[in-house]
Amino acid sequence: MSGKGLIIGGAVGLVAIITVYSTLYTVSETEQVIITQFGEPMGRAITNPGLHVKIPFTQEVNVFEKRWLEWDGNANQVPTRDKKYIWVDTYARWRIADPLLFFQRLHDERGAHSRLDDIIDGETRNVIANHNLIEVVRTSNRAFEQAEEIEDVMEAEEMRKVELGRDKITRLILERASKVVPDYGIELVDLQVQRVNYIETVQAKVFDRMISERKRIADRHRSEGQGKSAEIRGKKERELKVIESEAYRKTAAIMGRGDAEAASLYAAAYNQDKELYKFVRTMETYRTAIDKDTWLVLSTNADIFRYMQSPSASTR
Amino acid sequence: MSNRPYDFDPNELQQMLRDIGGRALASRRIVAWAAAGVVALIGLWGSYYQVEPDEVGIVTRFGKFVRTTNPGPHGKIPFGIERVQKVPVERQLKQEFGFRTVRADINSTFRKDAKTSSESLMLTGDLNVATVEWIVQYKISDPYKYLFKLRDVDETFRLMAEATMRTVVGDHSVTELLTVGREEIATKAKLMLSDLCRLYDNGIAVQQLVLQDVDPPELVKPSFNEVNQAIQERERAINEAWAEYNQEIPRSRGLAGQKIEAAEGYALDRVNRAKGDADRFLALAEQYRKAPEITRSRIYLETLSDVLPRAGKKLIFDEKAKGILPLFPLGGGVKGSEVAQ
Repeated sequence: MSGKGLIIGGAVGLVAIITVYSTLYTVSETEQVIITQFGEPMGRAITNPGLHVKIPFTQEVNVFEKRWLEWDGNANQVPTRDKKYIWVDTYARWRIADPLLFFQRLHDERGAHSRLDDIIDGETRNVIANHNLIEVVRTSNRAFEQAEEIEDVMEAEEMRKVELGRDKITRLILERASKVVPDYGIELVDLQVQRVNYIETVQAKVFDRMISERKRIADRHRSEGQGKSAEIRGKKERELKVIESEAYRKTAAIMGRGDAEAASLYAAAYNQDKELYKFVRTMETYRTAIDKDTWLVLSTNADIFRYMQSPSASTR
Repeated sequence: MSNRPYDFDPNELQQMLRDIGGRALASRRIVAWAAAGVVALIGLWGSYYQVEPDEVGIVTRFGKFVRTTNPGPHGKIPFGIERVQKVPVERQLKQEFGFRTVRADINSTFRKDAKTSSESLMLTGDLNVATVEWIVQYKISDPYKYLFKLRDVDETFRLMAEATMRTVVGDHSVTELLTVGREEIATKAKLMLSDLCRLYDNGIAVQQLVLQDVDPPELVKPSFNEVNQAIQERERAINEAWAEYNQEIPRSRGLAGQKIEAAEGYALDRVNRAKGDADRFLALAEQYRKAPEITRSRIYLETLSDVLPRAGKKLIFDEKAKGILPLFPLGGGVKGSEVAQ
């Protein structure tokens, strides 16, 4: 082989390799491809992965993502309909649904991001500004469970019924934004409100309100404690009275019954001989009535002194 | 050509070229072998791969997914024709929200900064503010979807978790969040996040969602503590009242019982005494009926002989001797003994 032949062979080989590289191209699982010929798009997007063939040199491969792509919005300061200033942070996921259109209108993802910023931020503002804060925060009208049997201490305004709720609000933003994006070959697959927070000054006020709310709850607990304990003391007093009076009633009844039975026993016995009873009882009384301080002034006419005057029987 | 200043022989040049060619031919062989060797080495190196026990290998050929391989050594077509991506499907993965574990140990150290605190700050359903920290444990259940469905799956997953947690917390009051609702909130958030994963078809299976520290905001904390304190105070007041109640009521019942027993005793005493007296009287009456006159006199005299000596002063006068009485000085100076006996 001559040197010239070697050089020619090498050149041909190089051209062949370049041609093969320019003819074959791969599409991965995550990609979709638009073939352009001198800048003019040729046919539909190639979405099935694997090895593909194109006309070398004149055709160019333009690769686009097939996966869902990120879009993470910046936090927007938005006033709600009830004039609460909040930060709203949304995120969305989108995909290139029509690569050709996407290529024509936006060229690349950077273009898409700036367009999505405009559309989604705008719709978010519109929707949030048209609804009360509670609609963005709550999802349903479920009643809160009350811990520690505290009645609701919330202000009536905050307990306003939810008409749409967070889910429907996000659906609404998604729907509205989705109306515009097909023009760019984009499909919005999902959108979520990631964060909602008060702006600084509002937050300070909310903290103040929370503090006063807690104070109110604390006061309620305390006075409830005092009330309950007073109630228990009252119950105690009442029961004490009940117990004491009951006892008095019972003792009186029992003693009365004893007295009555005794009286009837006495009556039954003494009725048998009233005269004797009087006599015996009188004698009893003498025994108890006369003591050392008693002055006895007795006449000699008394029965006991009868024999002092005459020993004979029956002088009287 | 002939008047060139130096000598030039075309034959010599030819010979020279031939020599170079010969040497080149020889060296070309070496180069070719070396190149082939290098290519073979690269090929050999590129056709072997190993899948670790907690992973699976996802093999793509020219970008197209062809097979999934299990742990162990495997072969593939080299030179970038087949490529392998390893996905840890068996590994328990974890995302932390509101804090970061710096070093997991017996005493793990955690870090919180502006970024994590903005993750944890959220609005509750009663439009209050709370900080919620939580973790999500998950596994990659479908490596194909995990790799090819979304770009940046993990960051997306974080956003999904934040959005769902805020949605659930937004439907609970701050009191529920801090006390009774924790369990329910974690369960609901897990369900919602699983649903969202299914919607996104991201090949992730949520295994656990656990709430960590859930607190009121730092500035509000003292007043929340005050509520707890007030609850303690309330309980204490109630307990004290009950203690008093429990002390006094049984004692009072006891006293009442005692009084009733005493009354029973009194009644019994009265009845027994009455019975005794009655029996005694009846017995006497029976004897009296047998000899009324003598018995009567006996009792009378017995009583008097008993009673008369006891009286301090006795004055016996004759009815006929009138006017004697005023002569007696009735003052304290009169001694019983002077007159009596």
